[in-house]
Amino acid sequence: MSTSIDLPVLTPKDFASDQEVRWCPRCGDYSILAQVKKVLPTLGIPKENFVFVSGIGCSSRFPYYMNTYGMHSIHGRAPAIATGLKVVRPDLQVWVITGDGDALSIGGNHFMHMIRRNVNLKVILFNNQIYGLTKGQYSPTSPQGKRTKSTPYGSVDAPLTPVSVALGARASFVARSVDVDIQHLCMVLERAAHHKGTAVVEVYQDCNVFNSGAFEFASKKGEKEENCIYLEHGKPLIFGKERDKGVRLNSQNQPEIVELGKGISEDDLLFHDEKADDPTLAFLLSQMRYPDSPEPMGVFRAIDRPTYDDEVNDQVREVSEKLGPASLEEMFNSGDTWTVA
Amino acid sequence: MSAVDAETNGNFRTTEQVDAVVIRFCGDSGDGMQLVGTQFTNVSAVFGNDVSTLPDFPAEIRAPAGTLGGVSGYQLCFSSSDIYTPGDEVDTLVAMNPAALKTNLADLKRGGTLIVNADAFGKSDLSKAGYESNPLDDEDALAGYRVHKIDMTRLTRDAVADLGLSLKEADRCKNFFALGLVYWLYDRDPSTTQEWVKTKFAKRPELVKANLAALKAGSDIGYSTQAFTVHYKVPPAKLPPGKYRKITGNEAVAFGLVTAAHVSGKELFYAGYPITPASDILHELSKLKNFGVRTAQVEDEIAAITATVGASFGGAFAVTASSGPGIALKSEGIGLGVITELPMVIVNVQRGGPSTGLPTKTEQADLLMSMFGRNGECPMPIVSCSTPGDAFDAAREAMRLAVEFMTPVFLLSDGYVANGAEPWKVPNISDLKPIDFKHTREPNGKDGQYLPYLRNDRLVRPWAVPGTPGLEHRVGGLEKWDVTGNVSYDADNHQHMIETRAKKVAGIADHIPEQPLEGPESGELLVVSWGGTYGSIRTAVQRAQRAGHSVSLAHIRYLSPFPRNLGDLLKRFDKVLVPELNCGQLRLLLRAKYLVDAQGLNKMKGKPFLVSEVYDAILQHLGKA
Repeated sequence: MSTSIDLPVLTPKDFASDQEVRWCPRCGDYSILAQVKKVLPTLGIPKENFVFVSGIGCSSRFPYYMNTYGMHSIHGRAPAIATGLKVVRPDLQVWVITGDGDALSIGGNHFMHMIRRNVNLKVILFNNQIYGLTKGQYSPTSPQGKRTKSTPYGSVDAPLTPVSVALGARASFVARSVDVDIQHLCMVLERAAHHKGTAVVEVYQDCNVFNSGAFEFASKKGEKEENCIYLEHGKPLIFGKERDKGVRLNSQNQPEIVELGKGISEDDLLFHDEKADDPTLAFLLSQMRYPDSPEPMGVFRAIDRPTYDDEVNDQVREVSEKLGPASLEEMFNSGDTWTVA
Repeated sequence: MSAVDAETNGNFRTTEQVDAVVIRFCGDSGDGMQLVGTQFTNVSAVFGNDVSTLPDFPAEIRAPAGTLGGVSGYQLCFSSSDIYTPGDEVDTLVAMNPAALKTNLADLKRGGTLIVNADAFGKSDLSKAGYESNPLDDEDALAGYRVHKIDMTRLTRDAVADLGLSLKEADRCKNFFALGLVYWLYDRDPSTTQEWVKTKFAKRPELVKANLAALKAGSDIGYSTQAFTVHYKVPPAKLPPGKYRKITGNEAVAFGLVTAAHVSGKELFYAGYPITPASDILHELSKLKNFGVRTAQVEDEIAAITATVGASFGGAFAVTASSGPGIALKSEGIGLGVITELPMVIVNVQRGGPSTGLPTKTEQADLLMSMFGRNGECPMPIVSCSTPGDAFDAAREAMRLAVEFMTPVFLLSDGYVANGAEPWKVPNISDLKPIDFKHTREPNGKDGQYLPYLRNDRLVRPWAVPGTPGLEHRVGGLEKWDVTGNVSYDADNHQHMIETRAKKVAGIADHIPEQPLEGPESGELLVVSWGGTYGSIRTAVQRAQRAGHSVSLAHIRYLSPFPRNLGDLLKRFDKVLVPELNCGQLRLLLRAKYLVDAQGLNKMKGKPFLVSEVYDAILQHLGKA
């Protein structure tokens, strides 16, 4: 796909549409939009070959602000729309823009099936743990007890962890980042863009109107280093401002936090392997959630797996080679025929 | 006409030549009745008879064996003249068990032939069917029929005795025994079936031998038993010259869609979720990969329609099919197709409703859902299939309208058309015209701007697809500014867009044929119908016309928009009768649009009209009953 020699050099500006961006001031969406515009020109893909497909919700306005092909569709269905598009047009790079309600509530079924099929799509899941567009109801990722307009006495629903859901659906690529951690977010988006298969990126996104500060633990300088573990492939799980803490597996094979030194060295820690065939460790990491434990950020899993769009199109090619060129005559005359004189 | 047929074994029997015969095979749903019905249809079609079929099976794969609910039937009419229905009354009924006899005997005409598997009338078989005593012993009840009680199970076991089959496997051959007997009775050449058995069981040579032996044993019983004193011939029909094959409605829809794409230089995308009675469309299309057909069996009905929307945005000829419950789930997605003005075909193979309703039975009760079953003002063209073969042309028309007018189009079929079969004249490839369309490649606005909602004189917007440099644009479910396609909440624009979308669909009336009439241009009664009821209604109208009554038929293919001359036709008759397999949905539309006092004949039994039902209604409305 990348024939970068003849391509004009694109800049983030080239990806800005003429539409006024209409998110609330200081919404986390602005940062995500900016980082996507930064990453796209680095990919060596012609602008006309990008498509952004979204569902419903604040984040799903995203395609209007990109000067690419796009569809702002209906609630929860972007993965299915993008699947149909990608199957008939494997030459395109298709991004799915979705939110916690869109992907995990009304569109949960499509989200799961897109991932298990491993359709070659890039998915940004804007997780703000709230319904913003409908003005402040709890979402499937809101913590239990959350007081919102629809849960004045606190939500009794048990929340989902998007990374765990994706891993459970056999995701070939799952990552997590935070809207304002610009460098980290760019790194993760770039990794997703280069991944072949469904690449799910959960982005913690601050809804400063209805759920302000929900992700401060992961965005505030000086605190995030204590609260987050930044995953790096092949490296031990170390965190803390002083990089003095780590994660190891205890005798029950559960992650536990340890302090380095005092007889514990890096070699005793868990080493991150995003390419592991077995998703068990990735799943264990996904279950580490703040405030019960520090939370992993970065790429949980990145493995090679055949993509649905390739498989569908390969099968069409194989069968066509086997059966020979399409002939209506042959199709009409399949089965028993007879002639009336 | 009859002849004496003196055979070497000394049996004397007569051979009667008849014009049309209706046979119904019925038995338990595991007895293979659909299979033998299909085989009889193939053999008769290849012989040159006109055929029309009515498979009728329960929704359960295997309802409890031997019960009334588990009875599966396959009716077919084969004829030496043109026929349009599988027949009102059955000439020969083959009943494989007491439950089949109980549920079907009422349809056997007086003097008709009844063939039963006498071995299946044991005490427990009888009680499962709710018989207190053996009906085969009730001479009064069977007095009006030619009854043949045959020990099919025993005779089949004897025929396959040396082949090393288990008892269960041996008993499963008895449908071929029954078929062999009926082949003999109607002088059929079994070679098509013999070839089918050889191919079907190629990996199990013992089953090839067993089924062929059972087929022959059945035929031999007919030949050697003096009880069968009459043997019938149904000469080939005089169909228009040409090459024919048998086709079902679902096959024809699949062929029509693939053909529409192929002759237009396009590949077809199909997304679907399994549902009775539409699944065969997916099955057929998934075989045709060498036409570049991409089929996706997706996670649910909503994914099926939305994947279709996505594929259409990508430039494919895109289709989804379902039945009523699935179409209900698709409504929001179809609305997205309407507001984004992307071409796609949504096939609805209607079945009995509401809710899960009668999954395997036919009905026409989704017309109003097709017209109005979406949120907002959401107009769509609707095309319907009249017969299995007609579904080929209807499917191509649906795709033509979708692509030429950039709109989702409903194609309405029904369970009867979908599963029914008829001879189909293989089309001439050169008659199959490509659909006139293009993907816009150049900007259409000032300064190299692309305006996705800049319409042509038919109010149709251009179809630019991703990958085209310079034409990057966004579509979506929010209301659009006309011309630019940007999001708009403007009051006047919204009214303008609603009216424009409606006008575009209404304008299609100028690009479809006028409504044809079968019969005089004016008169006392106009029968108006649509969809799969065509066969019986047409037959009834022709019978009334031959009887000298002033009646004509307008059978409508295009239900939205209606043909431009329809209002005028309605005015030329004193009365209008609308027979439908629903509570009067087309009638409601006709009354609303044309202020005509249309009357209805409404049947909701999961079954097609009998010719006699329609005929009687015609006479009644003419005041001649």
